[in-house]
Amino acid sequence: MSNKYIITLYTLPALLLLLVLIYVPIALSGYYGLMDWTGIGQMQFIGLENYANLMKDEKFWASAGHSFLLGIFSVLSLLLYLAVSLVLVSKIKGSDFFRKIYLIPMLLSSVAIAQLWLKIFDPSNGMLNKLLEMFGVENTPVWLADPNTALYAIFVPIVWQYAGFYILIYYAALKNVPEEIIEAARIDGATPLQIALKIKLPMISAVFKVTIMLSLVGSLKYFDLIYVMTGGGPNGASEVMASYMYKEAFELNNFGYASAVGFGLLVICLAMTWLTSRLTKSNDNVQY
Amino acid sequence: MKKKAFTAAASLALLSGLVLGGCSSSSDTSTSEGNGSGGDKTVVKMMHLWPEGSAKAQYTIVNDIIETYEKENPDIDIQTEILANEQYKEKIKVLSASNELPDLGITWAAGYMQPFVEGNMFAPLDDVLDGGLKEQFVPGTLEAFQTDSKTYGLPLELNIAPIYYNKEIFKKHNLEVPKTYDEFLNVVKTLKDNDVTPITVGNKDRWTGSMWYMYLADRIGGPETLNNAINRTGSFEDPALVKAGEELKKLVDMDAFVKGYNGFSNDEAKGYFMNEQAAMYMMGTWELPNYTTSPDVAQEFKDKVGYFKFPAYEGGKGNIDSFVGGPGVGLFVSEASKVKDETKEFVSYLVDEWGKRSVTEAGVIPATKVDTANTELAQMYIDILNDLGNASNITLYADVQMSARVADVHLNQIQALYGGEISPKEFVKAQEEALAAEEK
Repeated sequence: MSNKYIITLYTLPALLLLLVLIYVPIALSGYYGLMDWTGIGQMQFIGLENYANLMKDEKFWASAGHSFLLGIFSVLSLLLYLAVSLVLVSKIKGSDFFRKIYLIPMLLSSVAIAQLWLKIFDPSNGMLNKLLEMFGVENTPVWLADPNTALYAIFVPIVWQYAGFYILIYYAALKNVPEEIIEAARIDGATPLQIALKIKLPMISAVFKVTIMLSLVGSLKYFDLIYVMTGGGPNGASEVMASYMYKEAFELNNFGYASAVGFGLLVICLAMTWLTSRLTKSNDNVQY
Repeated sequence: MKKKAFTAAASLALLSGLVLGGCSSSSDTSTSEGNGSGGDKTVVKMMHLWPEGSAKAQYTIVNDIIETYEKENPDIDIQTEILANEQYKEKIKVLSASNELPDLGITWAAGYMQPFVEGNMFAPLDDVLDGGLKEQFVPGTLEAFQTDSKTYGLPLELNIAPIYYNKEIFKKHNLEVPKTYDEFLNVVKTLKDNDVTPITVGNKDRWTGSMWYMYLADRIGGPETLNNAINRTGSFEDPALVKAGEELKKLVDMDAFVKGYNGFSNDEAKGYFMNEQAAMYMMGTWELPNYTTSPDVAQEFKDKVGYFKFPAYEGGKGNIDSFVGGPGVGLFVSEASKVKDETKEFVSYLVDEWGKRSVTEAGVIPATKVDTANTELAQMYIDILNDLGNASNITLYADVQMSARVADVHLNQIQALYGGEISPKEFVKAQEEALAAEEK
């Protein structure tokens, strides 16, 4: 028996699962996008009409804009996580404790987080506005109910939710930076700040690139908190691409068009993945 | 070599396990081989959404009715499959895609039902209604299940939306139940001046805010104006509908609604009323158990709750006895059913019996007329049922009357109007455009 057969055999289960659960549905949704279909009854072939409508659908592009905004916020927040991890990895008191604290949001389910933050954002009884009132703020904002603030208000729990995950990744990566190199830098007289910025950061740049990609694509297809907390409202102010797709499919019974939206979302995600990998590409692969 | 062969076999076993596992989960748990147990009996398959665990009262009523019916008709065997609300909706969709709907099932009105009717999945039930059954329904309830003047569903539930209020808060501020809209505005103003939230509404759900607008439209323009705008014999840019928008905006500007209403779901907003943080709350009569029979609510609070009809608008065309409301779920008979006649016979029996028992046993107001004389009911139920008996009109919820797409525009516009993003003129214009676009 040749080695090749064994390799095929070993990869087959995963490949088959991927094929059945991911690739076939992708192809199918692209195909459904060509149909006028309510989800019930007969499909009717209408060619590229759905995709043409998608191109000039203002609501879709508005929600795409919101998704991109979320993407930008998420990527920017990575810098914050990185800073936190740099602090944690230097041997400060209680770093172990803080590391665990930051991880806790990741252990909560999205719906629980949504409920928690709904309570915090409650305009009359919520913690946030009560706090603002204590500081003497009059006319406290209504957060999720105001189209001007709803989207940004939701960004906070989303960013908060993933803090633990990225801090954990950075922490692990920073721990892997060999002690000898840092030791050598210290002997050469580098300050802790210099060590952090000029030694540690470049050495984990590969990890950083991966997290940029993860958070950007994750943001573009983000759905859960938005759906539970505002349902895309008020009047579409916090609609993102995934929630728009959900609405078209399950509330407006427009599966054909929703499939086209889903396919559009996929294309956008693919394009962004390709773009970020191009933009962050560099040849200086660090060798330990 | 041996080792390799073993791993190969193991991974093969693993693989087949996955494939088989995937297949077996799709096997049907429903009563697909019902004929076996029934012998010569005619089997009628029924699906409903009242599981014993979460809707015991409804479950028991349906079960009893089936038992009695089977006793009276020994050649009929009715088999039920019960799923909770969301799973029920899912399963019905899946079954309809493969044209395997049960003989008898539950559907929702208008917009939900439309694709099924267009796909020829539901049988017209007009022949069931002839012969006296039609007259038993409260006027305005069957219409919600009609398409092209054919009836495809028989409603089991009916709800109207009164305004519930907290008697204690009213008393504390020397307020009377308002009969006219001016009085109502005065109530709102007094409450606001005393730092009490006048009205709570969860407008994240949007249909909640729509009901307030619908009442204003009804009281100002009469019930036809809004209905005509939707069925395209009139226009949404009717002055009365603009005026209703202006009145709503006035309420918003008065801070009549709870702070952050556009961010609250109905349940969150309801909390403000249940915790006595808000004085008034408009909601369908499905809330009645909370104020009468529900063991989960303190008696002390129940005693404080009263209700009143939406006040009359001076100079308006609508009267105080007109309600916004509509039927809840209804029964459908599958067009593909092989036992259509038997099913239809059972349906009329079911509707009749259900009407006799649902309100007393489950607190659900049926769509058929109820005789309140010899039933033991909480006073609030009797009052509501009497009001229903005297109702001059029931206007079906606007978002149910409209197609899903127009309803979405309407509901978004409602949210925008409440949020002060648009003027009443823009509000009606957007909806007129959506309605007109669909007409083409």
